Parts: sequence; structure tokens; C-alpha cells
Amino acid sequence: MSGDSSTEALTRRTQNSSRELLAKGFFFGCAALSVATTLSIIGLLTFEAAKFFSITAPLVGIDGPTATLTEFFTGSEWGLQGPNLGVMPLVAVTLMVTIGSGLIAIPLGVATALYLSEYASERARSYLKPALEVLAGVPSIIYGIFAVAYITPALDALFGVDGLFNVASACIVVGIMILPMVASVSEDAMQAVPDDLRQAGYGMGATKYDVSTGVVVPAAASGIFSSFILALSRAIGETMAVTLAGGSLAREFDPTSLSSYLSLFDPESYLEPGMTMTAAMIQLLTGDVTGGGLAYRSLFAVGLVLFVITLGMNVLSDLIARRYQEDYQ
Amino acid sequence: MSNGNQASDMSEGSSGDEYAVSVPEGRGRDRDADGEASTIIESRDLSVWYNDEQALQSVSMEIPEKRVTAMVGPSGCGKSTYLRSINRMNDLIDAARVEGEMLFNGKNVYDDDVDPVALRRRIGMVFQQPNPFPKSIYDNVAYGLRLQDRTENLDEKVEEALRKAALWDEVKDQLDQSGLDLSGGQQQRLCIARAIAVDPEVVLMDEPASALDPVATSKIEDLIDEMAEEFTVIIVTHNMQQAARISDKTAVFLTGGELVEFDDTDKVFENPENDRVEDYITGKFG
Repeated sequence: MSGDSSTEALTRRTQNSSRELLAKGFFFGCAALSVATTLSIIGLLTFEAAKFFSITAPLVGIDGPTATLTEFFTGSEWGLQGPNLGVMPLVAVTLMVTIGSGLIAIPLGVATALYLSEYASERARSYLKPALEVLAGVPSIIYGIFAVAYITPALDALFGVDGLFNVASACIVVGIMILPMVASVSEDAMQAVPDDLRQAGYGMGATKYDVSTGVVVPAAASGIFSSFILALSRAIGETMAVTLAGGSLAREFDPTSLSSYLSLFDPESYLEPGMTMTAAMIQLLTGDVTGGGLAYRSLFAVGLVLFVITLGMNVLSDLIARRYQEDYQ
Repeated sequence: MSNGNQASDMSEGSSGDEYAVSVPEGRGRDRDADGEASTIIESRDLSVWYNDEQALQSVSMEIPEKRVTAMVGPSGCGKSTYLRSINRMNDLIDAARVEGEMLFNGKNVYDDDVDPVALRRRIGMVFQQPNPFPKSIYDNVAYGLRLQDRTENLDEKVEEALRKAALWDEVKDQLDQSGLDLSGGQQQRLCIARAIAVDPEVVLMDEPASALDPVATSKIEDLIDEMAEEFTVIIVTHNMQQAARISDKTAVFLTGGELVEFDDTDKVFENPENDRVEDYITGKFG
């Protein structure tokens, strides 16, 4: 073997061959495209929302009707007929749906996850886990119809509600929708708990219940909390089902008075209709709102508030996951 | 040559008839001078299957109280299966099936009226991988006591267990820190403290030092020696030197789940009855 040819073989560069460079460029392009799309949506949302507020409208060259930040964030009514542009009545109903659906989905979801992870036989698991995932795949319009056709009549029979729409129905149906997410993500977290820890528990004379609640749940806490935030974040953004179930009647909500916050926890108030942020946006889009007007621009302002809330939830979920992650190795 | 070989070299270099493992001179364990101990655990024709595979074949053995009994043998010989059938940890494996009797203080633990949870509160266990809970050091040690609602004088009991596990001086100022922050050897001593905090009668140890470095191993071995004053210790080990150093009795299992020799440790290592045992401990196979 000649020294020259073996040296040449060693120095042939494969890293910069045209195929490698082309592939690298293509993959980078795809990655960049999705980031760019996200950034442009955020940019447009912010830009359009800026046209809505009196304080920022001049910056983007708009001199039509605008709303002040004070009106928007402290107004107690939402309605496009008059100068009623308070977003808080919408935020309040969104919050009610989030609280209500969370009260349903969190306990049931964690209990389901515990059953699947700790109690169910391999066979039962192999049927139940896919069933849960099917539940997560049902289109939300179906859930909405289900709420109007079955949940509301059931609530009417139990408590007596007026009309087709109420917040309780929205809470129940969104609770059912987000339950699979809580159960599935929590179950993954519980499955990730090393079996060594269960063995340690059983070896100490712990019962299955002791091990499940005293060892597995604390060890999986970060994943379980993450599942709550992800699910609640989904509840906040849910549109179709809450619009159908809750209706499109904006409530009054005075953000400057304490009693209105207390009403968020009043069961009676859940039996009345209410419009969430997402439902209001649907109404704006499907109504005869034309481009350029104040109502049209309010769509983006409400959208921005919604986006900031869900973004905040996702960041919080990340922080919790990182803060409470236990290192077993 | 006869005293230079290490157990970890069993697979090689054991030429001639010299023992690869020699019983060290002047070792700490010499409790037989105290006279015969009474039997605390006795198995009678105990067989265990995993599905159709037999892991233990009709093992009969009497394990003395407040002694260290070592179980040695090659991988897959059933020594861990035997250990786990004492406190019914095999119940957790669906495929496991047990026949025969395992008597604890004369009572067959596989009788229908025996609650495995109650059994495990009297027979503690330490595992191969240190497995402290992701809780504070204090909560780890208090775990078993709280399970049993024995929470009066909890602080004293936690301190006592940590002292017995030779860990108190190292952790007394950081009891509220996570048990996972400790080193591997400290974690294993924490697991020992957790196991002995509830005053079990028996402590089962499944290769407790195999994941540890030599210094940490030596601390665990010293600890086992002290534990035998108070508890019955049954230890599974693949390290022949370790069995020779720390145990009073040694049981040798060979492939197929057969107990081929069970006697005083000195006897097993110096003058085994069974040729296969002699071959195994001199490193001809295993």
C-alpha cells in the first residue's frame, strides 16, 4: 500500500461535500420557516392590536376611533354597539371556564393516571390508554354539540337553567376535553418514576395506596404540575365548545370592585350564560364586522391578551418542570 | 499467592488447587463462640417459578437469628429470588409462583392469613441500587415510622437510626436536604437507616455494596458487622471475599436454583463438602 493513496483517503473532506451542504441548508430552511411564521404572527397581532389603542395608534399611523387602555382593562361591559370595550368581562368568563374545567379535569385526571400507572394490569392498560387518546382526538365541535344537546338539559333537570347556554355546561365539557391531557401527561410522569422507589416503599411495608400517593405522586410532581398547566392553558384557548356551550352573551364585570371577583366563585353565576375571550372573537369574525373599524381592531387586542395569558402559562409550566425536576441518577 | 488473590478475579488465573478466595485471618465475625443461635427463618422445600422457568428448586435451609448469613452463587442461581421470597417481594411479580414453606418464627409466610404488608414491616430490605426517596434525609428515615403511625419521639428515633447506620455525624446538620444529594455510599447507608428505623427483626440485603466504591463498601461491611448485634442479616453478594469477611453462615446456590451447600462460613470456604462448590469458590467456573 502506497503512503500517498492512504494519506489522500484520510484527507478527503466529506463534511463540505455539496450534498451535505445542501441537506444542511434545507433542514435549516425548514426550521427557520416555522420560527419565522410564529414570529410574524406575533408581530402582526401586536401591530394590529396597536391600531386599537389610543396610546399606540398614532405610532402606526391610524387616526380613526380608538380605545384607551383604561377603557379596555377597567371597563365593566363588552359590547360593540356603544363605547363598551372592557375586556375584563371576557377574561372573567374565561377564568370561570378555566377554574370549573380544572376542578373537573385535575382530580379525575390524576386519579385516572394513578389507576393506569399503578393499579391497572398490563391488559387493562393496553385498552384504556388508547381509549383516553381517542377522547383527546375528538373534534371540539362535537364536544360543543354534546354540551348543548346533553349536558345543558341534564343541568336543567338538576338545577334548572334558563335557555340553552350556561357557563357550567362549558366548564363540564372543557373539563372532559382536557382530562385526557392531564391523565396522559401525568401518567407519563408516573411511569418515569424509577421502579426502585416503589420497591423501596413496598420493602418498608407500604401498601399500594401508600406507595402510589406517598412515593409515586411526590416523585412525579413536576410532570403532574406541568400537565395541569398545559391542560388549563388548553382550556383558556378552547373556542368552539365554549362558544356553543356558554353562549355569546357578554356579562357585566367590574374589575375595580372586589365583589365581582367573588362572583367568580359563586356557583349560581355558573348557571348563567357567559362569553369568553375566544367566543367574543368568534362573534366579531362571524358578525358583520368589516375590516378597518374599531370592532375589527378589537379582535386583535383581545387576541393579544389571550396570547399573552397562554404564553405565560407555558413559560410557567417550563419553570415548574425545571424547578421541581428530581435527579435520580 | 494464596492470600493475594481477589474475589473479583475469580474468572481468571485460578490455576491449581489453591483457593482464589481465602478467609482472612482475624476477621471480625466470630460469633459462633456465643453458642448456637435459634432459627428465625426456615424454608422447607421452597420452589419458585417465573412462568415455566424454575428459579429455585426445593430449597430447605435454617437461618439463625442475629447472625449474618450470606448467599452466594453465579448470576441466575436464585439467590436473590430466595431473598425476595422471604419478605414476599416476589408477590409484586405477576409471573412468580411459590411452592413449599417459608417459616418466619415458625409461621409460614405464604399462609393465606399472612398480610405481606405486615410481614415487610418486620423484615426490612436494602437494595442493590441505593434508592432513597426524593424527600429529605429526615423524611426518608421517618418514612416507615410514619407508615406505622409510630411518630412519638420521632426525632430521637430518626437520630438513633442514623447513628446505627454510621451516617449521623455526616448529615446531622443537613437533615432537611434531599436524600438524593448524598453520595452513593451515603445514600446506601441512608437506606439502611430507613430500613432499621422501624426495628425490624430481619434485614435483607440484596448486593448492597455492588454499586459502591471500595471505601464505601468497606463502611457498609463494618456496618453489617455491627447490625448483627441487633438484627438478623441476610445478604446476597456476588463477592466471595465479602461473604467470607462478613458472614457467619454461607449458602452457595448454583445454576438452576439449587442450594448445594449451607454451612458455617469457615467450613464452606476452607473445606466445602461439595466438589462443585469447591470449583465455584476457587474460581473454576462462575
